[in-house]
Amino acid sequence: MKYKSQKVAKLYFIAAIGLFVGQILFGLIIGAQYIWGDFLFPEIPFNVARMVHTNLLIVWLLFGFMGAAYYLVPEEAETDLVMPWLANLMFWIFLTAGAATILGYLLVPYAQLAELTKNELLPTMGREFLEQPTITKIGIVIVALSFLANIGLTILKGRKTVINLVLLMGMTGLAVFFLFAFYNPVNVVLDKYYWWWVVHLWVEGVWELILGSILAFILIKTTGVDREVIEKWLYVIIAMVLITGIIGTGHHYYWIGTPAFWQWWGSIFSAMEPIPFFMMTVFAFNMVNKRRRNHPNKAAVLWALGTAVMAFLGAGVWGFLHTLSPVNYYTHGTQITAAHGHMAFYGAYVMIVLAMISYAMPMLRGREAANSTKSQVLEMWGFWLMTISIVFITLFLTGAGILQVYLQRFADNPMPFMVVQEKIQLFYALREIAGFIFLSGLLIYIVSFFVGSKEPEATIEGEVVPT
Amino acid sequence: MTGMEKNRWPPGDLVIWIFIMAELLVFGVFFTAYAFTRAHNVELFDTYQLTLDRNAALINTLALITSSYFVVRAVADIRADDSRGCFRWLLAALGMGLLFLVVKGLEYKHHFSLGIDLSTNTFYMFYLSLTFFHFLHVVLGMVILLAVALKARKGGYSAAEHTGVETGASYWHMVDLVWMILFPLVYVMR
Repeated sequence: MKYKSQKVAKLYFIAAIGLFVGQILFGLIIGAQYIWGDFLFPEIPFNVARMVHTNLLIVWLLFGFMGAAYYLVPEEAETDLVMPWLANLMFWIFLTAGAATILGYLLVPYAQLAELTKNELLPTMGREFLEQPTITKIGIVIVALSFLANIGLTILKGRKTVINLVLLMGMTGLAVFFLFAFYNPVNVVLDKYYWWWVVHLWVEGVWELILGSILAFILIKTTGVDREVIEKWLYVIIAMVLITGIIGTGHHYYWIGTPAFWQWWGSIFSAMEPIPFFMMTVFAFNMVNKRRRNHPNKAAVLWALGTAVMAFLGAGVWGFLHTLSPVNYYTHGTQITAAHGHMAFYGAYVMIVLAMISYAMPMLRGREAANSTKSQVLEMWGFWLMTISIVFITLFLTGAGILQVYLQRFADNPMPFMVVQEKIQLFYALREIAGFIFLSGLLIYIVSFFVGSKEPEATIEGEVVPT
Repeated sequence: MTGMEKNRWPPGDLVIWIFIMAELLVFGVFFTAYAFTRAHNVELFDTYQLTLDRNAALINTLALITSSYFVVRAVADIRADDSRGCFRWLLAALGMGLLFLVVKGLEYKHHFSLGIDLSTNTFYMFYLSLTFFHFLHVVLGMVILLAVALKARKGGYSAAEHTGVETGASYWHMVDLVWMILFPLVYVMR
């Protein structure tokens, strides 16, 4: 750790991992409810558990992104954060608001939560992923603006690197597009149209810039490859992200009442969205192969390579599976979407946050560069258990989805939704088992922070760098 | 054309070629979609193709080919260490690009004045989408050429190091190439 103010990242990382555990527990609950429909009913109904599962994911990823930025920006800008106190303050505000919101979901009926929080003054609630009470949404905007001011001013004050600028661009986009969460027109088509400006333009737009810049940072640090080379790749990757991703929004406009040309625009441009992810994979492996030195933090390198591969598979390949409008006509809103959602979020965003935590946490906790070998081995066990189980979750959901599409929409005598749900039970059961293995991986990952802390750091002595 | 012998492969920065390939892939998919859709709607496509201004498109074809030639001369000049010549040829290429934009703009003006938009019919959907995406590429190509030209004027390139000029030239040729397919496909072939 070169700058004292980088330390604020630690709080954000700890909160991120804590909320991650919560997300997975609620994932297991809804997974069980797919098998036993009345599991935990009426205490935790499916719709509430699902809301908690998805909202926690988004919130902990935001904690992760902000933590990553607070660590990365000072190091890149070669200057301390201008307002570390603000970063600390915002952490507590965000955590409190987030926790209160989740408790609100769990403790009172949703309609009552809307009443309690005076939703009628500025109605924004009741839409998937944007369920937060308006007051929470305003809180998110305040946190985001303070965060942007903090890293923006730090970047302005210090060295302006491509990584910092791309990250700032991504974070600014994240804040700007969130503002569409406040636009809630009566016309359902317009509502959905702009709803995607938050949802799609986040995960298939500006978040990819954040992903690209964090990945580039980790690769510079762990491989010693020239910054120039890495920056050039980053430029091309973000250009492709924006070219394909922005118009690619059209793949959500097939069936919501928007003009028919979106079927073409959406299909063609979103079909190209795997390209930047593929470039990221080539980029990451190329840089590691060209490395000037070995880095003692093997786990961080593993996460970085892992995210490049899994993002391509989950976001790229599994996204492509159902992105063309003639295919999506059948697959829309089935378990195929759920399969894609799980691997894409894990591969692209969970893994990049964990990669950053893996890289930064040893330094934040007083190590020179890396954890002890013992701790790293356990962390890598966590990596493989979580990654392999997400692959299986994705495969099981894909199987469920294919069967669902066939029985419910494609067969000569299509069956009703609930009948089909009965028929694909086996896949849900298998998915739940994979979910428990995921949880075990996550727990092992957490344990890795607490073992081997008295042992010496891993070293690269005796290792040869391939030329 | 001295200096053309010592070709490096690929000319310009490798990364621009990855970008070019990705761009060509997008256009390739779009052209394929056009071809298949036309095959199912030959009559519609033939009818509305006649409403396009082929002369304007021909002028634009010549403008782009000429601009590509100018860009080639610019690369040749910088390989002979002539920064001023390089700058002038790039300026000439930019002029041709501007001509393209003006002619295309007039075509759009005509169509829009008739109230034609993306929802009028499938042919116009393709015509407007394809030409507009290409239009944006001409704009981007011109921005790149302008950046290269300005650097060349300041003497930023030399016979020994002119990767930037080749990079810009490669991208511009791609813009030209796409039009060379778009023009016959959308305006001429029946």
